[in-house]
Amino acid sequence: MTVAAALQPSGLPPSTPDIYPDTQLLVDMSDVWVKFDGKWVLKSIYLKCTQGEILGIVGPNGGGKSTLLKVILGLIQPDKGAAQLFGQKPGKQSRLNVGYLPQVSHAERSFPVTVLDVVLMGLYQQLGIFSRVRTTHRQKALEQLDRVGMKEHAAKPFGKLSGGQQQRVQIARALVSSPRLLVLDEPSTGVDSVGQEDFYELLASLRDNQRISVIMVSHDIGVVTTYADRVACLNREIHYHGDTGPWAETDAYQKVFGKNLKVMVHDARCISCMMRHAHHD
Amino acid sequence: MIEWIHLEFMKNALAAGMMLSVVLAVVSCFVVLRRFSFIGVGVAHSAFGGVALGALLGISPTLSAIVFAVAVANAIGVVGNQKRLSADTAIGIFFSLAMALGVIFIGMSNSYNVDLFGYLFGNILAITHQDLVVIALLGGLVLVSIWMFFKEFMFVAFDSEVAHVSGIPVRFLDHFFLSILSLTVVISMKVVGIILVSALLVIPGAAAAQITDRYVPMFAVAVAVALVSTVGGLWISYYANLASGATIVTLASLLFFISFGIGKLKK
Repeated sequence: MTVAAALQPSGLPPSTPDIYPDTQLLVDMSDVWVKFDGKWVLKSIYLKCTQGEILGIVGPNGGGKSTLLKVILGLIQPDKGAAQLFGQKPGKQSRLNVGYLPQVSHAERSFPVTVLDVVLMGLYQQLGIFSRVRTTHRQKALEQLDRVGMKEHAAKPFGKLSGGQQQRVQIARALVSSPRLLVLDEPSTGVDSVGQEDFYELLASLRDNQRISVIMVSHDIGVVTTYADRVACLNREIHYHGDTGPWAETDAYQKVFGKNLKVMVHDARCISCMMRHAHHD
Repeated sequence: MIEWIHLEFMKNALAAGMMLSVVLAVVSCFVVLRRFSFIGVGVAHSAFGGVALGALLGISPTLSAIVFAVAVANAIGVVGNQKRLSADTAIGIFFSLAMALGVIFIGMSNSYNVDLFGYLFGNILAITHQDLVVIALLGGLVLVSIWMFFKEFMFVAFDSEVAHVSGIPVRFLDHFFLSILSLTVVISMKVVGIILVSALLVIPGAAAAQITDRYVPMFAVAVAVALVSTVGGLWISYYANLASGATIVTLASLLFFISFGIGKLKK
């Protein structure tokens, strides 16, 4: 795809056969508009996510990233346009195939649950209201904890874990109901850099081994360029949506972040330093 | 030192207090975990409007208080969920409205048949066998309801957003909880009073949360705190000639500060 094609001002055209050949679409947004208090926070969004890909959504704070996730999950209805999740209108039914990790855990650190209790919560919907948790469910939850490397912490109070460990436990909770799509809102928040790297490696292995798709919202361009297969650059409208590699060649990041780029995470993967026309001190 | 237990009214008060301790303690754990403390205060005060309405209409104050408190609690739930209004604003408005209506109803009824002061501050002398039956039945209903939805209530309290996305009916459960909270308030009115019941909707759970990090011990400690406060409070109030509801709440608060201290030392 050419750089010019990548820089369609009003987002991606509805059909871009070159990057979506024959694969199943898990998320398909078509000309979605969302208004809050009379202001458009999402404008003409075309977004697709296929099976087995990691899609990074980057953009500045207030650019509509969390709103976009809520539309995907069916928690917000678009004012115009349509979104589809697993080929259906996003809602209770289609959400059953989604594992969700919020930006911040709303739980207090002192909340009296163990790590295993938290993972079991991922099964409550399937269990239904009157049934109790049984050994088979505990077994299932322990398997997921093992998968994210947290099995030995199963009996610990959840609040005693570090941010990175809590995140792994929440991934285990999301995975225990066998989702096909993980939706993560700012997964780097409150996690140290070593923990982050492990975490994204884990996501990559889920994609490679289970063909689980991941949509993650982040303001950290470094993480997205390293781990995402495709990227969508969002500041109310989508400025780029396509493979991660070509994205680094465009100036879409500048359109979206403007002069604020300097305040972004700066490490060895710093996108600005990779740019031909970087203005970095 | 035990002759007080043989007094008929004390027997009733103790039986009522012990049953209520279990119900209030269990409910208070969820009030604390779901961060509904202020809603508890609001719902408790709005029960006053219901009692006054009962006096005006000449019907059972317990019945009118149940209807009134459940209605106000659910109204708080609906209005507090709006984007432009925070829950504490909704509570602030509804509970003062309910209290104001209560005062108006009293003025209109010109009736002094109902011991309103007793409902506000508790009157253990007034607890009848019929009250004990009501407490046992409705208290049992509250406990069974919590048992039925226990894991869902825990998930919603832990992270309502994730619970909602995963398909748990969060709004229904919140309204259901507010309704059983209202029932708990109404059955506790006569023993501790409307003004002070909100304390017992928070303190046992809050005290337990200081010293436990698992939920089974949390519920156990909360029940113990409530039982010690209620039985101890009734005993002290009898010998020191103090108001029973106030003594119970003071003792419960003392237990809270002790567990707060223990919690700090543990860290």
